[in-house]
Amino acid sequence: MSNEFRLADRGRIDRDRPIRFRFDGGDYEGYQGDTLASALLANGIHQVATSIKHGRPRGIMAAGAEEPNALVQIERPFPEPMLTATTVELREGLQASGLPGRGQLSTGDDPARYDTMHAHCDVLVVGAGPAGLAAALSAARSGARVIVAEADTEFGGSLLGSGETLDRAPGTEWVRRATAELAACPEVRLLPRTTVFGHYDDNYLVALEHRGEQAHSRQRVWRMRAREVVLATGSHERPLVFAGNDRPGTMLAGSARTYLNRYAVRPGNRAVVFTTNDSAYAAAIDLADAGVEIAAIVDAREVVSTHWASLCIERGITIHADTAVVSTSGTDRVSSAHLCSLRSDGSRTPSVRQVVGCDLLLVSGGWNPAVHLHSQARGSLRFSEDIGAFVPEQDVRSVRSAGAAAGLFATSESLRSGAEAGRDAARAAGFDAEPGRLPRAEKAPVLASRSVWLLPSPADSDGSTRFVDLARDVTVADIRKATRAGMDSVEHVKRYTTLGTAHDQGKTSGTLSTGVIAEMLGRDVAELGTTTFRAPYTPVTFAALAGRDRGDLYDPVRVTAMHDWHVEHGAPFENVGQWKRPWYYPRPGEDMETAVLRECRAARESVGIQDVSTLGKIDVQGPDAAEFLDLVYTNMMSTLKVGRIRYGVMCTADGMVFDDGTVTRTDEQRYLISTTSGNAAGVLAHLEDWLQTEWPHLRVYLTSVTEQWATIALVGPDSRQVLSRVASGIEVGNDSFPFMSFRDGLVAGRRARVCRISFSGELAFEINVPWWYGREVWEALHEAGQPFGITPYGTETMHVLRAEKGFPIVGQDTDGTITPDDLGMSWAVSKKKTDFLGKRSFSRADTARTDRKQLVGLLPADENLVLPEGSQLVDTAELPEPPVPMLGHVTSSYRSAALDRGFALAVVKAGRDRIGETIYSPVGDRLAAVTITEPVFYDKEGARRDG
Amino acid sequence: MMLIPCPWCGPRNEIEFHYGGQADVHYPSDPRSTSDEDWAHFLFFRDNPKGVFTERWSHAAGCRRWFTVHRDTVTNEIHPDDSASAARTVTR
Ligand SMILES: [Zn+2]
Repeated sequence: MSNEFRLADRGRIDRDRPIRFRFDGGDYEGYQGDTLASALLANGIHQVATSIKHGRPRGIMAAGAEEPNALVQIERPFPEPMLTATTVELREGLQASGLPGRGQLSTGDDPARYDTMHAHCDVLVVGAGPAGLAAALSAARSGARVIVAEADTEFGGSLLGSGETLDRAPGTEWVRRATAELAACPEVRLLPRTTVFGHYDDNYLVALEHRGEQAHSRQRVWRMRAREVVLATGSHERPLVFAGNDRPGTMLAGSARTYLNRYAVRPGNRAVVFTTNDSAYAAAIDLADAGVEIAAIVDAREVVSTHWASLCIERGITIHADTAVVSTSGTDRVSSAHLCSLRSDGSRTPSVRQVVGCDLLLVSGGWNPAVHLHSQARGSLRFSEDIGAFVPEQDVRSVRSAGAAAGLFATSESLRSGAEAGRDAARAAGFDAEPGRLPRAEKAPVLASRSVWLLPSPADSDGSTRFVDLARDVTVADIRKATRAGMDSVEHVKRYTTLGTAHDQGKTSGTLSTGVIAEMLGRDVAELGTTTFRAPYTPVTFAALAGRDRGDLYDPVRVTAMHDWHVEHGAPFENVGQWKRPWYYPRPGEDMETAVLRECRAARESVGIQDVSTLGKIDVQGPDAAEFLDLVYTNMMSTLKVGRIRYGVMCTADGMVFDDGTVTRTDEQRYLISTTSGNAAGVLAHLEDWLQTEWPHLRVYLTSVTEQWATIALVGPDSRQVLSRVASGIEVGNDSFPFMSFRDGLVAGRRARVCRISFSGELAFEINVPWWYGREVWEALHEAGQPFGITPYGTETMHVLRAEKGFPIVGQDTDGTITPDDLGMSWAVSKKKTDFLGKRSFSRADTARTDRKQLVGLLPADENLVLPEGSQLVDTAELPEPPVPMLGHVTSSYRSAALDRGFALAVVKAGRDRIGETIYSPVGDRLAAVTITEPVFYDKEGARRDG
Repeated sequence: MMLIPCPWCGPRNEIEFHYGGQADVHYPSDPRSTSDEDWAHFLFFRDNPKGVFTERWSHAAGCRRWFTVHRDTVTNEIHPDDSASAARTVTR
């Protein structure tokens, strides 16, 4: 029968809106306003899952995020693993199944959209129970900008489940009015279904909002910066540890009360209530009044409250004081509770005195304030003997806990502390706030609770069925094993037993386990403390954290002015930093190797053209520009004449190569420097750092102009003829336009700066035009080159051409441990300058070693072999026993069209002294013989650069 | 996510900044006459205090200026005077 356990009256469900759903293959009905858990309970289903380690049946224990057991896999509408049935909002067509402690990620793509919101406020209130609402009201009435985030689908917190009255009306009526007043404030933002899961430095809080499957975005992450924060996060009830405390039908007393009052669900027919404090009595009375038979209240305290005792007597409920439930029986549902007196009577071992039949066992071991966010924000905790739990020390700037989160459990105290926290927060943010009038709450006298951690256990002496962390199946026996192994801190026991590491992060087991450990070690709970609380408070999917930063939006893509031309001509692209660079231009039927060999031949024999716009360009100007560049480059730049270009190497202060490029002097007080494509931002930051912090007296200004210039390299013996066809106002002859100089003029009718720079050893020109004209000029050059068979080439051919000339690439042939001398570039290091970055380090003992790894060439004995880049290099043809001494590694390796063979660059210990020697490189399962050579393979005398 | 007071732009999220390590590590005035040991200290040795640390930050995604703050490495609190400090205090 459907909804057999649903009550006809009460509750916050909408009986006019039934919802059909499927669980573990069975079809059921619930109502709008249900969670999956409440709907299952209404249908008499307690067992939802089995446990992760022992496969024991497990039921619904809680009514919120603290649920340790009831893990479900959602199958429809979208597969989602590891949700707690107690937090899944029931919706039409939901399909779910119980999980044995772990779930499965969907293999399909997630079609939903996820988003991110950023917000600022004066006061952020986390939690919209009585304390949170009171805080929000006093802050909002002062005009402060307030955000209220509440994990639940509706506001009200404990008032939704307790059935309490405020001002003699249902508490939910006050909630309705408070919410309406807040909603009407223009500076207030209300966020239901929003869990704040992280609290970081300077009140940066991150929350997850569930917007539902129909919403524009399914979930969104809120990143909020708040001046002041009020934590009204409530509390979690603690279970008790006895043998068989995990049987379905065992439920936290307060949660049972919530199922009854909020969801109109009778969670059982005959209940035993086991408690250490007054709060469970309220649940027992409510359940009794709703027709549930209360078979017994078992109270661990010697003296029970007269207030509650008289209410029980009126209803004929038996109270067993100074007594505990020590074990249970039942198969897939609890069927009886076993009672044992706690009266200490000397050496007699405790034994079961009474067995009480039941199908519901309510437990309450006290309440833990939800201190997670307070603790994440580095707030400290103090153990309160009064309530037997850790409470926040109010010591964190701009963060205040209120209500149950501060250990103040009575509704009247929650309201008062919330209103005061809201007032103080608003005042701290500069508003004139007052707590305002508060509604009158019922008041019951509260008798002190008794902290009980380890109960006598006549039925289970080793503790293997006494569960402390149900989510991880960690028992008293497991913890004893850890303490006996010598572990005496909660952090160690946590890691040894996995206690508190499940989806719930130990919400119900945290303080409990500290108590159990303390009792085993004979130490104080206060002294042992808790494990560290870390974000997220509840699990968050990666999809939500990623938001829209996925796929094409994961990272910005930078393309050049000629990008579309490259796409149209079939080039695959290589990622260089954020840049897309054409890799090569295959003709129909060509593979990469064939295409690259063809492109290399063209550049060496006729003419090639490459888009080199991605090279970083920095404009350096000011009266002290020359002096500045002398300090940051290893070579002398102040002597460079206007109109001339010099290759330069930059080192960091430790003497290691940082970047390289060209320096063009365009005026007395102005230079244009180029950087490697991937390091342009790094170079600018490096230069700014030194300029601002060490040499602030230098009058120099740095501006990135990378994206102002489109740059085209025209390369090969025919490049001069191609250029001459489209250039005007530029004498292109070698005498009038020598190597390492530039000319301004027109190219294809556009103002251009043409530089004679070569990164291939061939006669070459770099044509810089305003970015806007990049494609136009590129096409004009390509057209003008047709009679010469002009060939566009990409980064791969550029790499081969430069490697044939032994030109290193910073970041590929170097790795931050290579000096200019290691590269054989002492010629680029000035001997005349008094100082420059790196100079002093060249004479450090380690930098001056003669057996440092040096850049050399390698020629494999097998001419067809192209060594894999990164291959290690060793001395012997057969590998000795490990550890094998490593000589260095291959940094660049290609097939050369000019040499018609494979070749490589490598860094090798004392490599320059070993030129001509044979060493070996493990390739696959063999050792390939390679000869060490000079790093320059082609045109050693440099005859080709002038054409 | 710390809120870092840029002396030029005001408080901004930590992700806009680039960390520059310990402040006041000055480039030796005459590297040539600096001993190997002192030079190594300049290059590689930095304090790592539990407590207040004088450190450099650069507002890399903002005004690109370097500045110095005093941050407690335990609490991440930045000394309140830093937000009002002379912006040109850019000691290394
Ligand atoms: Zn700034």
